[in-house]
Amino acid sequence: MKKKNDNVWMLSIVSIVGFIAIWWLCCDVLKLTSSATLPGPVTVAKTFVKKLSSTAPDGATLPAHIFSSLQIALGGWMMGVVIGTPLGIFMAWYKKVDLFVRPVFDLLRPVPGLAWIPLMIILFGIGITPKIATVFLSAFVPCVLNSYTGIRQTKDVHMWVGQTFGASDTQMLWHIAVPTALPLIITGIRVALGASWTCIVAAEMLASTKGLGYMIQQARGIYRPDIIICGMIAIGGIGAIFSGILSLIENKIVKGVRRDG
Amino acid sequence: MENKDIILHVDHMTKSFGDLKVLNDISFDVHRGEFLCIVGPTGCGKTTFLNCITGLYNLTEGQILVNGEPVDTKKHNIAYIFQEYSTMSWLTVEENVAFGLKMKRKPADEIKREVAEVLEMVGLTKFKDYYPVELSTSMLQRVVIARAFAVKPDILLMDEPYGQLDVELRFRLEDELLKLWEKLGTTVIFITHNIEEAVYLSENILVLTNKPTSIKEKLENTLPRPRSVVTPDFIDVRNQVTELIKWW
Repeated sequence: MKKKNDNVWMLSIVSIVGFIAIWWLCCDVLKLTSSATLPGPVTVAKTFVKKLSSTAPDGATLPAHIFSSLQIALGGWMMGVVIGTPLGIFMAWYKKVDLFVRPVFDLLRPVPGLAWIPLMIILFGIGITPKIATVFLSAFVPCVLNSYTGIRQTKDVHMWVGQTFGASDTQMLWHIAVPTALPLIITGIRVALGASWTCIVAAEMLASTKGLGYMIQQARGIYRPDIIICGMIAIGGIGAIFSGILSLIENKIVKGVRRDG
Repeated sequence: MENKDIILHVDHMTKSFGDLKVLNDISFDVHRGEFLCIVGPTGCGKTTFLNCITGLYNLTEGQILVNGEPVDTKKHNIAYIFQEYSTMSWLTVEENVAFGLKMKRKPADEIKREVAEVLEMVGLTKFKDYYPVELSTSMLQRVVIARAFAVKPDILLMDEPYGQLDVELRFRLEDELLKLWEKLGTTVIFITHNIEEAVYLSENILVLTNKPTSIKEKLENTLPRPRSVVTPDFIDVRNQVTELIKWW
């Protein structure tokens, strides 16, 4: 069993190493493109290390850009989770809340987060507020949808068990419906985090003075593909770390589910 | 005096869904500590029958009294074992068994004590930290039974709890149930379509008719315990019930 798991890990490492190897082969060995168009992994790695402490050419170090983006993404995401999840739960549980909130929610839901940016800029200027508001909207929707769907999956037989034991409505919500919905709620929170992160980078491309999206946009202007790729790596890496952390949390709090591997 | 012993009094119970009359003017009494089996043809509304008794459905006509008062699951101590698997996947065996007591807001130390006792009785102590996904069907069924007995119910309703189990397992769980019933003196109302099961378990058998359902007959089953399904006496009673239930 143990041995088998080790092999599975190897497979993941091989995939990443393989990807970098092919990239290196195409750019640095076979020179299929000029290094000014698509730099190889060695050049990008060098730039990455340099960008960790250098503010040139876009005015801030890579960590400063990352920090700026994180602040906005996590801020908006948390607001989305804190407001969206309970709203979804209450909409699914209380018919009246559903009837009241749903018409507006259904109208706003199909509007992608990014489509809010122009309006947000007009409303809040180009500071941190419009971006947090935009991220919030992107994170909010999946939180509502998933907690709503999760609560709706509550099994009748569990409700009957609660009822025959004389449970109150609130007890049934917290002891039966919410635990049933928990796996989906967490999936929603995870999707929301992905959406927040995607959204912030795009938002920073439009109006910003700092952040990963801004850095990428600036690098495009001065024709520095190596910096663009550094930015992309930072975005991908941080997104993967987030997703990993949330998986760990999910494993900790979702109980009684069969897990393979 | 006689009245004091009646725990459940069903008085002209009638239930319709729209134009469909499912239960038609059913009246009977259940005594404290009685083991009553209810048998009837498939689809005769046996589950509706139980759901009315627990107050999950409102009656169209008539009333149901528990200890002389209209049935109320918040006040009366009723446990219901459903046909469907009803363990909660997110709770351990111990937490599942504690569920009813928790809903009734019993103090934590009492819950702990009661649960430990019931787990011991059904032989699940060793498995108390397992989740349902890790258990076999028979153990899941024991968890459900333990959860029901943990609240020390005045009335325990069982809706074909062993319908989906194989014969051997059914016999084992039936014996366990009888042991618990004898030990705790719980009133049990047990619905089944299996006549042999009804004759094996019951003190009284209520035979129902086809829809709209009414009572065809209430039989007293005085076979001595422990019973065996192969003795001539047993087969006599079984045939008697079979005759009553025949709708073909």
